Amino acid sequence: MLLLSAFLGDETVLVCQGFMWIFDQSNSMIPRQFQYVAPSSLKDAVSLLREHGEDAKILAGGQSLIPLMKLRLMSARYLVDINHIPKLSYIKEEKDIIKIGALTRHAEIGASKLMKSKLPIMLDAASVVADPIVRNVGTIGGALAHADPSGDWGAIVLALGAELVAVGPKGERRIKAGEFFVDTFTTRLGPTEILTEIRIPSPRKKSGGAYLKLERKVGDFAIVGVAAQIALGDGGICVEAGIGLAGAGPKPIKATLAEKALIGKKMSDESIKKAAKISAENTDPPSDIRSSSEYRKAMVEVFTRRTLQAALDRMAQR
Amino acid sequence: MNRRKTPRSRAPKGRSRAALGPRKVGPENFKHMIRVTVNGVEREATVEPRLLLVHFIRDVLRLTGTHIGCDTSNCGACTLLLNGRAVKSCAIFAVQADGGEVLTIEGLAKDGKLNPIQEAFWDNHGLQCGFCTPGMIMTAYDFLRKNSNPSEFEIRRAISGNLCRCTGYQNIVKAVAAAAESMRSAKVTVTARRR
Ligand SMILES: Cc1cc2nc3c(=O)[nH]c(=O)nc-3n(C[C@H](O)[C@H](O)[C@H](O)COP(=O)(O)OP(=O)(O)OC[C@H]3O[C@@H](n4cnc5c(N)ncnc54)[C@H](O)[C@@H]3O)c2cc1C
Ligand code: FES
Ligand code: FES
Repeated sequence: MLLLSAFLGDETVLVCQGFMWIFDQSNSMIPRQFQYVAPSSLKDAVSLLREHGEDAKILAGGQSLIPLMKLRLMSARYLVDINHIPKLSYIKEEKDIIKIGALTRHAEIGASKLMKSKLPIMLDAASVVADPIVRNVGTIGGALAHADPSGDWGAIVLALGAELVAVGPKGERRIKAGEFFVDTFTTRLGPTEILTEIRIPSPRKKSGGAYLKLERKVGDFAIVGVAAQIALGDGGICVEAGIGLAGAGPKPIKATLAEKALIGKKMSDESIKKAAKISAENTDPPSDIRSSSEYRKAMVEVFTRRTLQAALDRMAQR
Repeated sequence: MNRRKTPRSRAPKGRSRAALGPRKVGPENFKHMIRVTVNGVEREATVEPRLLLVHFIRDVLRLTGTHIGCDTSNCGACTLLLNGRAVKSCAIFAVQADGGEVLTIEGLAKDGKLNPIQEAFWDNHGLQCGFCTPGMIMTAYDFLRKNSNPSEFEIRRAISGNLCRCTGYQNIVKAVAAAAESMRSAKVTVTARRR
């Protein structure tokens, strides 16, 4: 059951126990039947999704979807594999925007030189998402679309003020990260939309960011994860602050009030402490198998403080 | 209590399980002919899309060196190389490997001679029951190609997706380090010989 709850909350695990009986009988976990289609263009993929509506599901890395299909907690009549669509996997910078293709694997982000020099916060996350083997396959787009409240990339895109690009039957639209997450496992993406790109404004010269995650063991989802990206103006005044929280609520959370508390102030131990306190006060984290709500809340404060400090230290190094 | 909702496509409340059972979809289009090069040999089979790669390897091709541990993509026992990357074959469908190349533990030994990583696991007592070993070795194989001179810390991180219930990892880490060293010195010898 512990393994199951790596993916799911307690409530679901109870449901699973019922299912487990069925698995015990069959001794293996086989998904329901489905048809597999592997379109070679975005256009074809979108029209397949439109044709089959809610019966279709997108398959990216499959590292969340396939385990859930095996547990029969998710199923689809049609699986639309987007891995054969060209030009969905890249990391590049164009006109002060860093663009990441939705199909870029966690490991590719972790190995990116551009990320290392411009957005080391991305390397922090890429080295703690899941485990090294899952990172070879899982994609950033899949993780965002899956919208696990404890997922790492959600906190990151919120802290970085990213925009997410989705393509659907009506063409392309951009969704601000702050508006992307609706609820647990639920995003603004429609059933016929494909997430294609993550756009992050290139960070200013005097900026720094970090992501710290509290986890029970490697490969586990965060008890709490905090992402922070800050930029300083003259005299050490904070001009930009982005803070994203994982594991702190029903969805990835942008700590807007804590960000506001930092902007316009000189960065100091005091201001960091205050922001960390505000960040924790404004969350109502869930209790589950990983931790109690109280512990999570306390850790949001500790980790916001540490992450902000780490972001500052990084800036000093640059 | 965690108030997490379950994924959108899950069954609505109140419907019996029977109503959710496998839906009938016409049998045409259901199966796919796939061609996968496994350990250098081209293999062909007609498979249902829901057949997992690990079942294709074990049950269709009868290569049972790749193990199934957790079946929930947590333990790494089923790790093999797909198109040059270590993947958990219990979390990939066989159809996804169509046209690709797979390397399993059976493909490592050449001409009756063990691969240096296998050799190092043997020499360093890097296994007890051996259940995790194929996965560990395939992960190490992928890792050592990218990092030929790893630190102990890097080795520990690299195998962190592979669980072992017996060894306490000490000797596995030693084995991977020893394999790295023997592969490095073999390389040096080969280059020296070429000169
Ligand atoms: C053992 C294990 C540990 C893990 N630990 C962590 C962790 O610590 N932190 C973490 O963040 N994640 C973790 N994960 C999840 C991992 O990051 C997955 O890779 C990720 O959540 C899903 O990405 P994927 O590409 O595999 O997507 P898939 O599994 O293919 O898809 C996930 C969902 O997103 C949809 N989808 C996929 N791509 C798109 C797209 N481009 N547009 C629209 N919808 C799309 C799918 O239809 C599906 O509903 C873990 C997974 C495993 C197996
Ligand atoms: S059997 Fe595949 S990861 Fe455990
Ligand atoms: S040797 Fe027994 S599980 Fe690793």
